Amino acid sequence: MHEITMTVNGVPRTASAEARRLLSDFLRHDLGLTGTHVGCEHGVCGCCTVLLDGEPVRSCLMFAVTAAGHELTTVEGLGDAGGMSPVQRAFQECHGLQCGFCTPGFLCTVTAFLRENPRPGDDEVIEAVSGNLCRCTGYQNILKAVHRAAVLIAEEDAQ
Amino acid sequence: MKPPPFTYHAPETLDEALDALARAGDDGKVLAGGQSLIPLLNMRLAAPGHLIDINRVTELDTVEVTPEGVWAGALARHARVERSDEAAAVQPLLRAALRHVAHPVVRNRGTVVGSLAHADPAAELPAVLAVLGGSVEAASSRGRRTVPAAEFFAGPLESSLRRGELAVRAFFPALPERSGAAFAEVSRRHGDYAMAGAAAVVALDDDQRVCSARVAYLSIAATPLVLDLTASLDRRPPVTCDWAAAAGYARDHIDPDGDIHATAAYRRHLAGVLTERTLRAAAQEAL
Repeated sequence: MHEITMTVNGVPRTASAEARRLLSDFLRHDLGLTGTHVGCEHGVCGCCTVLLDGEPVRSCLMFAVTAAGHELTTVEGLGDAGGMSPVQRAFQECHGLQCGFCTPGFLCTVTAFLRENPRPGDDEVIEAVSGNLCRCTGYQNILKAVHRAAVLIAEEDAQ
Repeated sequence: MKPPPFTYHAPETLDEALDALARAGDDGKVLAGGQSLIPLLNMRLAAPGHLIDINRVTELDTVEVTPEGVWAGALARHARVERSDEAAAVQPLLRAALRHVAHPVVRNRGTVVGSLAHADPAAELPAVLAVLGGSVEAASSRGRRTVPAAEFFAGPLESSLRRGELAVRAFFPALPERSGAAFAEVSRRHGDYAMAGAAAVVALDDDQRVCSARVAYLSIAATPLVLDLTASLDRRPPVTCDWAAAAGYARDHIDPDGDIHATAAYRRHLAGVLTERTLRAAAQEAL
C-alpha cells in the first residue's frame, strides 16, 4: 500500500491505496469524490476527465501514485462559494446535458479549453470535445454551451 | 477496472530507472504517459510484475530542436511537441501527424517516445520516424545504443528494445531544403485508429523536379511500411507528375490484412488514395 497525498480542489488530501489504484477510483472510492464518472476505463469516453495541474487528463489512464504531489481539479472544484462556474451555467442554460453522466468530463475538458482558447471557432470546439462521448444530447447543445460559456467568461472577466 | 497487481518503482533519476529496469528483467515494463499501457493493464491484456514509472525522471522531459532535427526525450508529451513552433519549423511532419494521435486530452499525457516503443502498426509516429529515417536512443545499465527506425520496429506491438533497455529519446531528422512533407489518414471516426494512413516526404532537385518520394504507411503492415516511389514519378516537375502512377505502384507493393474495421481490398484502395494525396501535398510544400 502507498500513502498518497495530492491537492484536490485546493485541499491537500491523503489516502492509502495500492499502486494499481486508478486515479479515477482513488477519487471516487478513497476520497469520496463521486462527481468524476467512470465510463469505459480505457480512455475512449472521456467521462473521467479531470484537470491535472490545470490540464485535462483521463483519470482512468493514470495511477493515483503517479498523481501524488500534483494538483487536481475535479467537477466538484469547478464552482466556488458564489455558485456554479460559467461553464457549468452555460451547460445548464443551453441544455447541454440530459442524463448528466458524461457532463463532469465535458465540464473539465471545456474549462481547460476555454482558458487556452477564449474565443474558439466551431471547428475548434468540435475538435476540443471530440474525445468526450455523449449518448443523450446529440452534441449540438453542448457546442452551443461551449460558445455560451466563452461569452459568460468574457463578461465575468470584463467586470 | 482493476489492473493486475505489480510492484511499483518511482525512480527520480535515469540511473535509478535503469537499475530498476535491469533488476526487473523480463518482468519489467516502463510507464510513461500510460495512454496505451494502462488500457492494456485495465483489460488485463498485460500483467508485468514490475512497473517502472519514469514520470518523476525530469531529465527525460526534454524537447530539443536543432537545425539537424528534433530530439524528443522519453517524457516529452504529444501536446508539448505538437505545440512547439520550433519543432514544427524544423520538421512539419511531426505536428501534422500528432494532430491525428487520439484526442487532445490523451495527447496531454501520451508521450512521443512511448508511442514509438509501443510500436503499434496503426500509430502515426512510428510511420513518421520511419519515413524520415529517424532513430531511437536506447539506454540500459550497460550503456547506450542508437537504433535506426528501420531496425526499431520488429513486429506489431514489438520494438527491438532489449531486456533492461529504456528508450530515452528519439530523433526526427529535419526536412532538407527543397523538400516537403504531408500526412493523411482515414479512420471511421475522428480520433480513432486509422484504417490506413500515409506520411510522405518529397524532395526536388535544382531544376524543381521530383528527385525523391518516400511514403510510410500505417495500418497496412505489421510494422511501418516505407515505399520509395521515386522511380514511378519519372523525375518530373510536380505539375506534370503522374501521381496516379505512384498510387498504382504503391497498391501493387503492399499486402494489407483485412479485419473488422476494413477489408484488405479497401485498405489497398485507401493506400492508393492516400499516396496520391500526400505526395501531391508534400510536393506542393517542397516548391
